[in-house]
Amino acid sequence: MESTIHTLQEYMLHTENITYLLIVAALIAITFFYRFLTERDDDEK
Amino acid sequence: MSDEAATTGKSLLTPFNVIAGIIVIMGLFITVMRFTRGLGAVTNLSDYNPWGIWIGFDLLVGVALAAGGFVTSAAVYIFGMKKYHSAVRPAILTGFLGYAMVVVALNYDVGRPWRLPFPFIVQQGTTSLLFEVAACVALYLTVLFVEFSPAALEWLGLKRARNIIIRLTLLLTIFGVVLSTLHQSSLGALFLIAPSKLHPLWYSPYLPVYFFVSSIIAGLSMVIFESTLSHRYFKDKMDAAHLAEKDEVALGFGKAAALVLAGYFIVKLIGVSQGNGWHLLATSYGAWFLLEMLGFVALPCFLYAVGVREKNLKLIKWTAAWTVLGIIVNRLNVGLIAFNWQLPSAERYFPHWMEIGISVFLVTVGLIAFRFIVTRMPIMYAHKDYDETT
Repeated sequence: MESTIHTLQEYMLHTENITYLLIVAALIAITFFYRFLTERDDDEK
Repeated sequence: MSDEAATTGKSLLTPFNVIAGIIVIMGLFITVMRFTRGLGAVTNLSDYNPWGIWIGFDLLVGVALAAGGFVTSAAVYIFGMKKYHSAVRPAILTGFLGYAMVVVALNYDVGRPWRLPFPFIVQQGTTSLLFEVAACVALYLTVLFVEFSPAALEWLGLKRARNIIIRLTLLLTIFGVVLSTLHQSSLGALFLIAPSKLHPLWYSPYLPVYFFVSSIIAGLSMVIFESTLSHRYFKDKMDAAHLAEKDEVALGFGKAAALVLAGYFIVKLIGVSQGNGWHLLATSYGAWFLLEMLGFVALPCFLYAVGVREKNLKLIKWTAAWTVLGIIVNRLNVGLIAFNWQLPSAERYFPHWMEIGISVFLVTVGLIAFRFIVTRMPIMYAHKDYDETT
């Protein structure tokens, strides 16, 4: 993968692509995590 | 204190006193060595490694673990979570003693400690991050002292002075949060100046964010950890309100810590992605990084969440201790282990036993001071002459 990176543009494109995908995955994951953390609170109410 | 006489009537040769006494004598001996023969006689510091564990542990870890003061007072006085009120004074005391020990440790570490006030009175290096750290730590130590002082004033019976300071509580809390945000992040920002020295897996433009976010985790975990130890050793000093609220504090702070740890894990992952450091995970440093990330961030995050869901206080308390250890590992990684990583092993730093001795000495002095104050002043109980909600 690294050998295909020759310019700053390619580097930024590569890292930003992965980062954007990670952020989307993280936003979805944190929603489920928050649900996991607090669902028993809802039961108590 | 009605039971003070009973306490003083006991033998002084308790295991804690004996061990602490030996450590203090050793510490005083090394202190004399340090200030009569210089840094070279008691440290393994060099031109390559001008910072050792007195910075990596005493300062970086000390400041992070003392964050419980601003985290707790912000939760109670700014966010109105009055149910955690009983945790404020112990957290403020821990923070105050933690910062006090940091400043004492700095006197050992800097070559000419009598020049410590110079940033304020001589040089004008206001663009330096160290100036910002020095200013914030000095101011925050003062704020913590004032925040702690009502307990001492109640003990001394100085009602008027105590009531004046109590009126400043919100102002002091806001000052504390602002100053903590600034210098906790600045300690991380210090390493931005050395991108070639810090291993790429730990180096990131987001280092200030990492340090600040992880300090909140440290603060939350330290309050649970300290509360657990206090409950074990100073239960007789706690009033009904403290005993009733301690489980609530563990559950609430555990939940907050789980969420902040999840956020921290995500921003750390984004840091690796932005630095394109994926291929480094397959190296030995990568294995160590993964251990830190999975063992000391993801694991406690999950354990806190399970503990809060199941209302398992024992799990939350053990997780708090594990997280405190994780913060120590993280700060040592950034400050020492992953720093100067490219140097040949002969040039790498390993602390002299006397450096470790001073660190142990300072932690012990902090514990002795904590015990002295908690057994005398209204830290874990409300003074009978005052409204306990203030």
